[in-house]
Amino acid sequence: MSHRLEACFARLRAEGRAGLFPFVTAGDPDLDFTRELLPLMTEAGADGFEIGVPFSDPLADGPTIQRSSMRSLTGGTRLSGVLKMVGEVRADIPDTPLVLMTYYNPIIAMGLAEFVRGASQVGADAVIVPDLPPEEAGALLEIMNDYPLEPVFMLAPTSTQERVELVNDAGGGFIYYVGQMGVTGARDALDSDLGATLARINRVKNRPVLVGFGIKTPEQAAEVAGHADGVIVGSALIDVMEAQESREGKMRAARDYIASLREGLDRSKTVS
Amino acid sequence: MSELVSRGRFGRFGGRYVPETLMPALEELEVAYEEARDDPAYHEELAAYLREFVGRPTPLYLAERLSDDLGVLRVYLKREDLCHTGAHKINNTLAQVLLARRLGKTRIIAETGAGQHGVATATAAALFGLDCDVYMGEEDIGRQSLNVFRMRLLGARVIPVTSGSKTLKDATNETLRDWTASVRTTHYIIGSVVGPHPFPEMIRDFQSVIGREAREQVLEAEGRLPDACVACVGGGSNSIGLFHPFVNDDDVELIGVEAGGRGLDTEEHGASLTAGRVGVLHGCETFLLYDDDGQIIPAHSVSAGLDYPGVGPEHSHLKDSGRARYVTVEDHDALKAFQKLSVLEGIIPAFESAHAISYLDRLAKETREAGGMKTVVLCLSGRGDKDVHQAEGLLTEMLDDEDVR
Repeated sequence: MSHRLEACFARLRAEGRAGLFPFVTAGDPDLDFTRELLPLMTEAGADGFEIGVPFSDPLADGPTIQRSSMRSLTGGTRLSGVLKMVGEVRADIPDTPLVLMTYYNPIIAMGLAEFVRGASQVGADAVIVPDLPPEEAGALLEIMNDYPLEPVFMLAPTSTQERVELVNDAGGGFIYYVGQMGVTGARDALDSDLGATLARINRVKNRPVLVGFGIKTPEQAAEVAGHADGVIVGSALIDVMEAQESREGKMRAARDYIASLREGLDRSKTVS
Repeated sequence: MSELVSRGRFGRFGGRYVPETLMPALEELEVAYEEARDDPAYHEELAAYLREFVGRPTPLYLAERLSDDLGVLRVYLKREDLCHTGAHKINNTLAQVLLARRLGKTRIIAETGAGQHGVATATAAALFGLDCDVYMGEEDIGRQSLNVFRMRLLGARVIPVTSGSKTLKDATNETLRDWTASVRTTHYIIGSVVGPHPFPEMIRDFQSVIGREAREQVLEAEGRLPDACVACVGGGSNSIGLFHPFVNDDDVELIGVEAGGRGLDTEEHGASLTAGRVGVLHGCETFLLYDDDGQIIPAHSVSAGLDYPGVGPEHSHLKDSGRARYVTVEDHDALKAFQKLSVLEGIIPAFESAHAISYLDRLAKETREAGGMKTVVLCLSGRGDKDVHQAEGLLTEMLDDEDVR
């Protein structure tokens, strides 16, 4: 496993805490903003980040991340620019795991080898490609083998036990559990089967499980954390920033929101 | 550990590039399709509906005045425009609705561009009393208002798509998003030979009825196989349906006609095979239109049905292997052909099919220069009623400008 991811999960285990991994679209509204935002959220209690590369056709994403991607693309964000930004922010948060999340076509356009090399060089720790299940990932996995970059695959409520094992075996880093059916987006209620499905995954997993999709409130985050190693929060965070006009307002709102999630997660862990 | 094998490849193209949520459903669909394919009862049921509801077999019609006009071509039109609902799309939607019933799914969703696939889906859903939601880009809703009403009349709900370029590719995104949330109760009827495995292969099989009939009919009429098969290519379902039964007939040339839009030197066209590169969109690896950063470039065509930045992976393979060749026809020439077929044969073709008709001029020129004569089977994939309103504006202008007769 990447040393940063490994150290991060070891520390969380030792402290008896659940991990908090915010997702942001890189370059929404511009890359300078993202570069400033990540260290700020680290201070507020984030343990690592998913950095989304904007794509014109984000078919796994709901309206919030669609809008966010559009803003970023309209502002001229490119994959090469995102990698450059990751390299820059690395200096400020040297130990924080950074996970790139991108659809497959931007990787194809850059060239698989060039992407993997570039992402490793700037200090990314893992890559999630939502439209690349393990069956199609052969070419990318072969290249990643030679680099300290972890492939992260997803599981979903529909995943059969056979697929749970397949994803557990094929991936590295951690397992991304899609906590609800459908696309990304904040929901008022969590999937009622969540605990049961995670128990099914926990029986076979040999790496940490993070849960994303649909988490909004500190209470929801705490509930999910009871069944997993951590949570990923994306759309709700972007919603909170979208509601603010100014850059400072967006930064402040993001920091406060992350702090509230941190508090919710830590409270639940102390109680249990 | 299960083996990591990519399923559904045509050469290097195809595959199954979808979010994990959909993978189990695609595996289930693949199994259900394989069972249905081997089940005589399924084929009998489908054949009965194709015969009595769709009106198959469709005629293979010798277009004599068009042939005379072209001089060196003997043109047979495979009359898919005479299918119930006015296009070949119903061959696929009926077969898939029967499959959805086998899977116990109670709701049908579909994407549509021109609205022909939406109408065909709504029709098949109505026939079996299934709930039906059709996603359609706002841009296309404006261009094809009659088809929107048809779908509603058939009991379907038409959901406008306002994201991205508001056309077919965005409607496809939105339908896939719906499906990731609803897959347990819902079957997604993709309208063309695109998408993740098993859709491209399955829909090709369903549309191959076009080529199977045409092959028999042309043998009956001419006593030999044609020199060429010609069809328009958007996603590529009518063309693959015509081509597939001829693929092993090496002497039959297969020619797909893509939308040249406003010209390949502009970015406003739909020629993914002619001018695109290999990428991944909507679940398959295939030729696509995208920029240097991998962002999809919205396609353009006067015909909503060809307005798609990707193409079926089997076409990518036919191009790559050299078995088929792909050419383009621009908006302007397609409109001229739209009028020409109407005047010469009393058949108003869909804008999509008019692209294939237009290409015959160039094929005739080539053939004349080579000093030969060719028999051609052309798939007239749909009728032009849906386009008449749009044509009125476009053609009146053109007729004022020049004498196209």
